[in-house]
Amino acid sequence: MPPKIGVVTFPGSLDDQDALRAVRLSGAQPVSLWHASDTLAGVDAVILPGGFSYGDYLRAGAISRFAPVMTELIKAADEGLPVLGICNGFQILCEAHLLPGALIRNDVRTFVCRDQDLRVESPDTTWTRDFTAGQQITIVLKNGEGGFVADAETLHRLEGEGQVVFRYVNGNPNGSLNDIAGICNERGNVVGLMPHPEHNVDPLTGPSLDGRAFFASVLGFLAAKV
Amino acid sequence: MARVVVDVMPKPEILDPQGKAVTGALNRLGFAGVSVRQGKRFELEVDGELTDDRLAEVRRAAETLLANTVIETFDVRVEGN
Repeated sequence: MPPKIGVVTFPGSLDDQDALRAVRLSGAQPVSLWHASDTLAGVDAVILPGGFSYGDYLRAGAISRFAPVMTELIKAADEGLPVLGICNGFQILCEAHLLPGALIRNDVRTFVCRDQDLRVESPDTTWTRDFTAGQQITIVLKNGEGGFVADAETLHRLEGEGQVVFRYVNGNPNGSLNDIAGICNERGNVVGLMPHPEHNVDPLTGPSLDGRAFFASVLGFLAAKV
Repeated sequence: MARVVVDVMPKPEILDPQGKAVTGALNRLGFAGVSVRQGKRFELEVDGELTDDRLAEVRRAAETLLANTVIETFDVRVEGN
């Protein structure tokens, strides 16, 4: 039996189907999870996809963070379940305090949509173990509220503890502090990033296939665990 | 029935792109010498008597959901009739 990777659909999620498809292409079994459910259906990992859950009302991710499925997810993440938050998913993880900091409106005051160059800063997470430190990759970026901010102490801790996982290179698209594109929790099982690896798994639709390694990483992790 | 107002503002050190855009528009319209930071105002109609406990509950609601205290500050006040 291949591992099961769940993708949560909230009202207003956009990239849940792409994430499910990327999971399927990776060889794992995709499982659709619903925001109003109070179970994770026994999945081995969870992806919070991109989009505008709950219409981004109040703040991006602020209302989704209290969706029924999140209670179970927060508990499971604390116990080590691999969780990947992509774009809106990253915003939800920050609102849920599974990751530190917050995402604010882009400093350029416009929506940014482009193929974004990134440097992998840490392969020491569940979702990046197939990368090498310093590797440069290209992943689709598309957001209006992708500016990562945190207080000086938190930034210092993230940098010092190796919790900065991805950094923007060849231009910071949104004003993120320290060019941070993605971070992880202390344990490395929860990763959030603004770019969209699920869009970079098929040569038909992506400028690179660099997204595949995210899924291969978690599969490798799950295989090693058993 | 009492009305409690919760004001939420981005912390001073946090960039406020919306406020900057509004400032720029005002300046273009000839309203010179003003700088804007944009926040949110919530008006909560609270049923029954507004006891200290109820007000503390509103404060908890503001801290839990209305404001993200990582990037925002909030202020709770009772609005007089």
